[in-house]
Amino acid sequence: MLLDGRRLLITGVLTNDSIAWHTARVAQEQGAEIVLTGFGRGMRLTERSARRLPEPPDVLELDINDPDHLRDLTADLSKRWGSLDGALHAIAFAPEDALGGNFLNTPPESAQTAFMTSAFSFKTLAAGLLGLFEEAGGGSLVTLDFDNRQAWPAYDWMGVAKAALESVTRYLARDLGPHGIRVNAVSAGPLATVAARSIPGVDLFEKAWGGRAPLGWDLNDPEPVARMVCVLFSDWAPATSGELIHVDGGFHAIAAGGGE
Amino acid sequence: MDRSEIENRIKNLLVSELGLDESRVSAEATFEEDLEVDSLGVVELLMALEDEFGVKIPDEEAEEIGTVGEAVDVVEAKLAG
Repeated sequence: MLLDGRRLLITGVLTNDSIAWHTARVAQEQGAEIVLTGFGRGMRLTERSARRLPEPPDVLELDINDPDHLRDLTADLSKRWGSLDGALHAIAFAPEDALGGNFLNTPPESAQTAFMTSAFSFKTLAAGLLGLFEEAGGGSLVTLDFDNRQAWPAYDWMGVAKAALESVTRYLARDLGPHGIRVNAVSAGPLATVAARSIPGVDLFEKAWGGRAPLGWDLNDPEPVARMVCVLFSDWAPATSGELIHVDGGFHAIAAGGGE
Repeated sequence: MDRSEIENRIKNLLVSELGLDESRVSAEATFEEDLEVDSLGVVELLMALEDEFGVKIPDEEAEEIGTVGEAVDVVEAKLAG
Protein backbone atom coordinates (compact mmCIF):
# COMPACT_ATOMS: atom_id res chain seq x y z
CA MET A 1 0.00 0.00 0.00
CA LEU A 2 1.00 3.59 -0.66
CA LEU A 3 1.62 4.56 2.96
CA ASP A 4 2.49 1.28 4.68
CA GLY A 5 4.04 1.97 8.08
CA ARG A 6 4.01 5.76 7.67
CA ARG A 7 3.33 7.81 10.77
CA LEU A 8 1.35 10.94 10.09
CA LEU A 9 0.05 13.90 12.07
CA ILE A 10 -3.18 15.33 10.71
CA THR A 11 -4.51 18.67 11.93
CA GLY A 12 -7.75 20.35 10.94
CA VAL A 13 -10.32 17.55 11.22
CA LEU A 14 -13.57 19.16 12.34
CA THR A 15 -16.33 17.05 10.79
CA ASN A 16 -16.36 14.06 8.48
CA ASP A 17 -16.79 16.54 5.61
CA SER A 18 -13.38 18.09 6.37
CA ILE A 19 -10.66 17.66 3.73
CA ALA A 20 -8.41 16.59 6.61
CA TRP A 21 -10.89 13.86 7.65
CA HIS A 22 -10.88 12.39 4.14
CA THR A 23 -7.08 12.61 4.09
CA ALA A 24 -6.99 10.68 7.38
CA ARG A 25 -9.37 8.06 5.97
CA VAL A 26 -7.43 7.55 2.72
CA ALA A 27 -4.13 7.49 4.66
CA GLN A 28 -5.46 4.75 6.95
CA GLU A 29 -6.80 2.79 3.99
CA GLN A 30 -3.28 3.04 2.53
CA GLY A 31 -1.64 1.64 5.66
CA ALA A 32 -0.64 4.77 7.59
CA GLU A 33 -0.81 5.21 11.34
CA ILE A 34 -2.22 8.59 12.26
CA VAL A 35 -2.84 10.98 15.12
CA LEU A 36 -5.26 13.90 14.84
CA THR A 37 -5.21 17.25 16.55
CA GLY A 38 -8.21 19.29 17.63
CA PHE A 39 -8.68 22.74 19.05
CA GLY A 40 -10.80 24.40 21.73
CA ARG A 41 -14.54 23.93 21.34
CA GLY A 42 -13.89 21.97 18.17
CA MET A 43 -12.16 19.18 20.16
CA ARG A 44 -15.44 17.37 20.83
CA LEU A 45 -16.29 17.48 17.13
CA THR A 46 -12.84 16.19 16.19
CA GLU A 47 -13.24 13.33 18.69
CA ARG A 48 -16.65 12.49 17.25
CA SER A 49 -15.23 12.57 13.71
CA ALA A 50 -12.26 10.43 14.78
CA ARG A 51 -14.68 7.68 15.83
CA ARG A 52 -16.05 7.65 12.27
CA LEU A 53 -12.65 6.77 10.76
CA PRO A 54 -11.83 3.15 9.80
CA GLU A 55 -9.45 2.93 12.83
CA PRO A 56 -10.43 5.59 15.40
CA PRO A 57 -7.16 7.45 16.13
CA ASP A 58 -6.15 9.46 19.20
CA VAL A 59 -6.92 13.19 19.21
CA LEU A 60 -4.38 15.52 20.81
CA GLU A 61 -5.07 19.15 21.65
CA LEU A 62 -3.29 21.77 19.57
CA ASP A 63 -3.90 25.49 19.54
CA ILE A 64 -1.13 26.34 17.08
CA ASN A 65 -0.70 29.78 18.67
CA ASP A 66 0.01 28.22 22.10
CA PRO A 67 3.68 27.16 22.50
CA ASP A 68 2.78 24.87 25.44
CA HIS A 69 0.42 22.85 23.25
CA LEU A 70 3.06 22.37 20.58
CA ARG A 71 5.62 21.29 23.17
CA ASP A 72 3.19 18.76 24.67
CA LEU A 73 2.29 17.49 21.20
CA THR A 74 5.88 16.87 20.14
CA ALA A 75 6.62 15.23 23.50
CA ASP A 76 3.66 12.89 22.98
CA LEU A 77 4.67 11.99 19.42
CA SER A 78 8.25 11.50 20.50
CA LYS A 79 7.16 9.02 23.18
CA ARG A 80 4.57 7.36 20.93
CA TRP A 81 6.55 6.95 17.71
CA GLY A 82 10.02 8.48 18.20
CA SER A 83 9.81 9.95 14.70
CA LEU A 84 7.34 11.33 12.16
CA ASP A 85 7.01 10.83 8.38
CA GLY A 86 4.46 13.46 7.46
CA ALA A 87 2.13 16.17 8.68
CA LEU A 88 -0.90 17.90 7.22
CA HIS A 89 -1.31 21.56 8.14
CA ALA A 90 -5.04 22.30 7.72
CA ILE A 91 -5.28 25.32 9.98
CA ALA A 92 -6.81 28.66 9.09
CA PHE A 93 -8.84 31.36 10.74
CA ALA A 94 -9.89 34.92 9.98
CA PRO A 95 -12.16 37.11 12.12
CA GLU A 96 -15.56 37.91 10.60
CA ASP A 97 -14.60 41.47 9.73
CA ALA A 98 -11.66 40.21 7.62
CA LEU A 99 -13.94 38.38 5.16
CA GLY A 100 -17.00 38.87 3.04
CA GLY A 101 -16.48 42.20 1.29
CA ASN A 102 -15.09 44.33 4.10
CA PHE A 103 -11.58 44.51 2.62
CA LEU A 104 -11.15 48.27 2.74
CA ASN A 105 -12.35 48.54 6.34
CA THR A 106 -10.78 45.52 8.02
CA PRO A 107 -8.83 46.59 11.11
CA PRO A 108 -5.13 45.66 11.11
CA GLU A 109 -5.55 43.37 14.14
CA SER A 110 -8.01 41.20 12.21
CA ALA A 111 -5.74 40.96 9.18
CA GLN A 112 -2.87 40.09 11.49
CA THR A 113 -4.87 37.34 13.20
CA ALA A 114 -5.65 35.84 9.79
CA PHE A 115 -1.93 35.92 8.91
CA MET A 116 -0.76 34.44 12.23
CA THR A 117 -3.22 31.56 12.35
CA SER A 118 -3.37 30.76 8.64
CA ALA A 119 0.17 31.39 7.34
CA PHE A 120 2.74 31.86 10.11
CA SER A 121 1.31 28.75 11.81
CA PHE A 122 2.73 26.54 9.03
CA LYS A 123 6.22 27.68 10.05
CA THR A 124 5.33 27.14 13.71
CA LEU A 125 4.19 23.57 13.06
CA ALA A 126 7.16 22.80 10.80
CA ALA A 127 9.72 24.10 13.29
CA GLY A 128 8.04 22.23 16.13
CA LEU A 129 8.11 18.91 14.25
CA LEU A 130 11.61 19.28 12.77
CA GLY A 131 13.30 17.04 15.35
CA LEU A 132 10.78 14.24 14.78
CA PHE A 133 11.26 14.44 11.01
CA GLU A 134 15.03 14.29 11.46
CA GLU A 135 14.61 11.08 13.47
CA ALA A 136 12.81 9.63 10.45
CA GLY A 137 15.57 10.81 8.09
CA GLY A 138 13.25 13.30 6.38
CA GLY A 139 9.57 13.66 5.70
CA SER A 140 6.76 15.49 3.97
CA LEU A 141 4.83 18.58 5.08
CA VAL A 142 1.64 19.49 3.27
CA THR A 143 -0.60 22.51 3.75
CA LEU A 144 -4.10 23.14 2.42
CA ASP A 145 -4.30 26.24 0.30
CA PHE A 146 -6.81 28.10 -1.80
CA ASP A 147 -4.86 29.55 -4.74
CA ASN A 148 -4.47 33.27 -4.07
CA ARG A 149 -2.17 34.38 -6.84
CA GLN A 150 -5.29 36.24 -7.96
CA ALA A 151 -8.08 38.02 -6.07
CA TRP A 152 -11.41 36.31 -5.35
CA PRO A 153 -14.82 37.63 -4.38
CA ALA A 154 -15.40 37.62 -0.59
CA TYR A 155 -12.11 35.97 0.40
CA ASP A 156 -10.44 39.27 1.36
CA TRP A 157 -7.78 39.09 4.11
CA MET A 158 -8.08 35.31 4.24
CA GLY A 159 -6.89 35.49 0.63
CA VAL A 160 -3.94 37.66 1.59
CA ALA A 161 -3.11 35.16 4.33
CA LYS A 162 -3.31 32.27 1.84
CA ALA A 163 -0.96 34.15 -0.53
CA ALA A 164 1.41 34.44 2.43
CA LEU A 165 0.98 30.72 3.13
CA GLU A 166 2.06 29.96 -0.45
CA SER A 167 5.20 32.00 0.16
CA VAL A 168 5.80 30.37 3.57
CA THR A 169 5.65 27.02 1.73
CA ARG A 170 8.50 28.08 -0.56
CA TYR A 171 10.68 29.41 2.27
CA LEU A 172 10.09 26.28 4.34
CA ALA A 173 11.03 24.19 1.29
CA ARG A 174 14.27 26.18 1.11
CA ASP A 175 15.19 25.75 4.76
CA LEU A 176 13.94 22.18 5.32
CA GLY A 177 15.13 20.65 2.04
CA PRO A 178 18.63 20.05 3.45
CA HIS A 179 16.94 17.99 6.22
CA GLY A 180 15.28 15.79 3.61
CA ILE A 181 11.88 17.36 4.21
CA ARG A 182 9.60 18.18 1.29
CA VAL A 183 7.14 21.05 1.75
CA ASN A 184 4.16 21.53 -0.57
CA ALA A 185 0.79 23.26 -0.74
CA VAL A 186 -2.29 21.63 -2.22
CA SER A 187 -4.74 24.12 -3.66
CA ALA A 188 -8.23 22.63 -3.65
CA GLY A 189 -11.29 23.80 -5.53
CA PRO A 190 -14.19 24.89 -3.31
CA LEU A 191 -15.68 22.14 -1.13
CA ALA A 192 -18.81 22.12 1.00
CA THR A 193 -17.08 22.01 4.38
CA VAL A 194 -17.79 23.80 7.66
CA ALA A 195 -14.81 26.06 6.90
CA ALA A 196 -16.21 27.01 3.49
CA ARG A 197 -19.71 27.66 4.84
CA SER A 198 -18.23 30.18 7.25
CA ILE A 199 -17.05 32.41 4.36
CA PRO A 200 -19.84 34.83 3.46
CA GLY A 201 -20.16 35.05 -0.33
CA VAL A 202 -18.36 31.77 -1.02
CA ASP A 203 -21.25 30.72 -3.30
CA LEU A 204 -20.15 33.43 -5.78
CA PHE A 205 -17.18 31.37 -6.93
CA GLU A 206 -18.62 27.95 -6.13
CA LYS A 207 -21.19 28.54 -8.88
CA ALA A 208 -18.59 29.32 -11.53
CA TRP A 209 -16.36 26.34 -10.79
CA GLY A 210 -18.12 23.34 -12.29
CA GLY A 211 -18.72 25.07 -15.62
CA ARG A 212 -15.18 26.32 -16.08
CA ALA A 213 -13.13 23.38 -14.79
CA PRO A 214 -12.34 21.14 -17.80
CA LEU A 215 -12.76 18.02 -15.65
CA GLY A 216 -15.84 19.35 -13.87
CA TRP A 217 -15.91 19.75 -10.11
CA ASP A 218 -17.92 18.14 -7.31
CA LEU A 219 -18.29 20.44 -4.28
CA ASN A 220 -19.19 17.44 -2.15
CA ASP A 221 -16.22 15.21 -2.94
CA PRO A 222 -13.00 15.94 -1.03
CA GLU A 223 -11.45 12.58 -2.05
CA PRO A 224 -9.38 13.93 -5.01
CA VAL A 225 -7.71 16.41 -2.63
CA ALA A 226 -7.18 13.72 0.03
CA ARG A 227 -5.53 11.44 -2.54
CA MET A 228 -3.11 14.14 -3.67
CA VAL A 229 -2.09 14.84 -0.07
CA CYS A 230 -1.46 11.10 0.38
CA VAL A 231 0.64 11.00 -2.79
CA LEU A 232 2.77 13.79 -1.32
CA PHE A 233 3.13 11.77 1.90
CA SER A 234 4.29 8.75 -0.14
CA ASP A 235 7.53 7.92 -1.95
CA TRP A 236 5.99 8.89 -5.27
CA ALA A 237 6.83 12.61 -5.23
CA PRO A 238 10.45 12.38 -4.04
CA ALA A 239 11.77 15.45 -5.87
CA THR A 240 8.78 17.76 -5.48
CA SER A 241 9.07 20.62 -2.98
CA GLY A 242 8.03 24.26 -2.69
CA GLU A 243 5.20 23.49 -5.11
CA LEU A 244 1.62 24.71 -5.30
CA ILE A 245 -0.33 21.73 -6.61
CA HIS A 246 -3.85 22.33 -7.88
CA VAL A 247 -6.59 19.81 -7.29
CA ASP A 248 -9.36 21.88 -8.81
CA GLY A 249 -10.60 20.05 -11.90
CA GLY A 250 -8.23 22.20 -14.00
CA PHE A 251 -10.06 25.46 -13.18
CA HIS A 252 -6.85 27.45 -12.66
CA ALA A 253 -5.71 26.84 -16.25
CA ILE A 254 -8.81 28.34 -17.85
CA ALA A 255 -9.35 32.10 -17.98
CA ALA A 256 -13.08 32.38 -18.68
CA GLY A 257 -16.25 30.37 -19.12
CA GLY A 258 -18.71 28.74 -16.77
CA GLY A 259 -20.64 31.40 -14.91
CA GLU A 260 -23.49 29.24 -13.72
CA MET B 1 -39.09 4.05 18.56
CA ASP B 2 -42.05 6.37 19.18
CA ARG B 3 -42.01 10.12 18.93
CA SER B 4 -41.87 10.83 22.65
CA GLU B 5 -38.84 8.57 23.04
CA ILE B 6 -37.05 10.34 20.16
CA GLU B 7 -37.90 13.69 21.72
CA ASN B 8 -36.59 12.62 25.12
CA ARG B 9 -33.35 11.30 23.70
CA ILE B 10 -32.81 14.51 21.73
CA LYS B 11 -33.47 16.63 24.83
CA ASN B 12 -30.98 14.54 26.80
CA LEU B 13 -28.38 15.02 24.04
CA LEU B 14 -28.87 18.78 24.08
CA VAL B 15 -28.21 18.85 27.82
CA SER B 16 -25.35 16.34 27.96
CA GLU B 17 -23.52 17.16 24.69
CA LEU B 18 -24.26 20.83 24.05
CA GLY B 19 -24.48 21.79 27.70
CA LEU B 20 -27.88 23.47 27.35
CA ASP B 21 -30.06 24.29 30.33
CA GLU B 22 -32.72 21.57 30.62
CA SER B 23 -35.47 24.00 31.67
CA ARG B 24 -35.10 25.97 28.42
CA VAL B 25 -35.27 22.95 26.09
CA SER B 26 -38.83 22.59 24.78
CA ALA B 27 -40.21 21.36 21.45
CA GLU B 28 -40.94 24.95 20.39
CA ALA B 29 -37.53 26.34 21.36
CA THR B 30 -35.47 27.61 18.40
CA PHE B 31 -31.78 26.66 18.40
CA GLU B 32 -30.48 29.97 17.15
CA GLU B 33 -32.59 32.46 19.13
CA ASP B 34 -33.99 30.69 22.20
CA LEU B 35 -31.13 28.30 22.91
CA GLU B 36 -28.32 30.50 21.50
CA VAL B 37 -26.62 27.65 19.66
CA ASP B 38 -24.04 29.05 17.19
CA SER B 39 -22.95 27.56 13.86
CA LEU B 40 -20.34 25.28 15.43
CA GLY B 41 -22.97 24.14 17.95
CA VAL B 42 -25.37 23.29 15.13
CA VAL B 43 -22.69 21.17 13.44
CA GLU B 44 -22.07 19.37 16.73
CA LEU B 45 -25.81 18.83 17.22
CA LEU B 46 -26.16 17.26 13.77
CA MET B 47 -23.24 14.89 14.33
CA ALA B 48 -24.60 14.01 17.77
CA LEU B 49 -28.02 13.21 16.27
CA GLU B 50 -26.41 11.05 13.57
CA ASP B 51 -24.38 9.13 16.14
CA GLU B 52 -27.27 8.75 18.60
CA PHE B 53 -29.81 7.47 16.08
CA GLY B 54 -27.52 5.88 13.48
CA VAL B 55 -28.92 8.03 10.67
CA LYS B 56 -27.38 10.33 8.05
CA ILE B 57 -28.84 13.84 7.85
CA PRO B 58 -27.96 15.56 4.53
CA ASP B 59 -27.35 19.34 4.48
CA GLU B 60 -30.64 20.09 2.69
CA GLU B 61 -32.62 18.42 5.48
CA ALA B 62 -30.41 19.87 8.19
CA GLU B 63 -31.25 23.36 6.94
CA GLU B 64 -34.92 22.74 7.76
CA ILE B 65 -34.17 22.21 11.43
CA GLY B 66 -34.94 25.43 13.30
CA THR B 67 -36.53 24.15 16.50
CA VAL B 68 -36.14 21.15 18.78
CA GLY B 69 -39.46 19.82 17.47
CA GLU B 70 -38.21 20.05 13.87
CA ALA B 71 -35.14 18.03 14.85
CA VAL B 72 -37.53 15.38 16.19
CA ASP B 73 -39.46 15.51 12.86
CA VAL B 74 -36.33 14.92 10.79
CA VAL B 75 -35.09 12.04 12.96
CA GLU B 76 -38.56 10.48 13.07
CA ALA B 77 -38.81 10.60 9.26
CA LYS B 78 -35.32 9.09 8.91
CA LEU B 79 -36.09 6.22 11.27
CA ALA B 80 -39.43 5.57 9.52
CA GLY B 81 -37.87 5.11 6.26
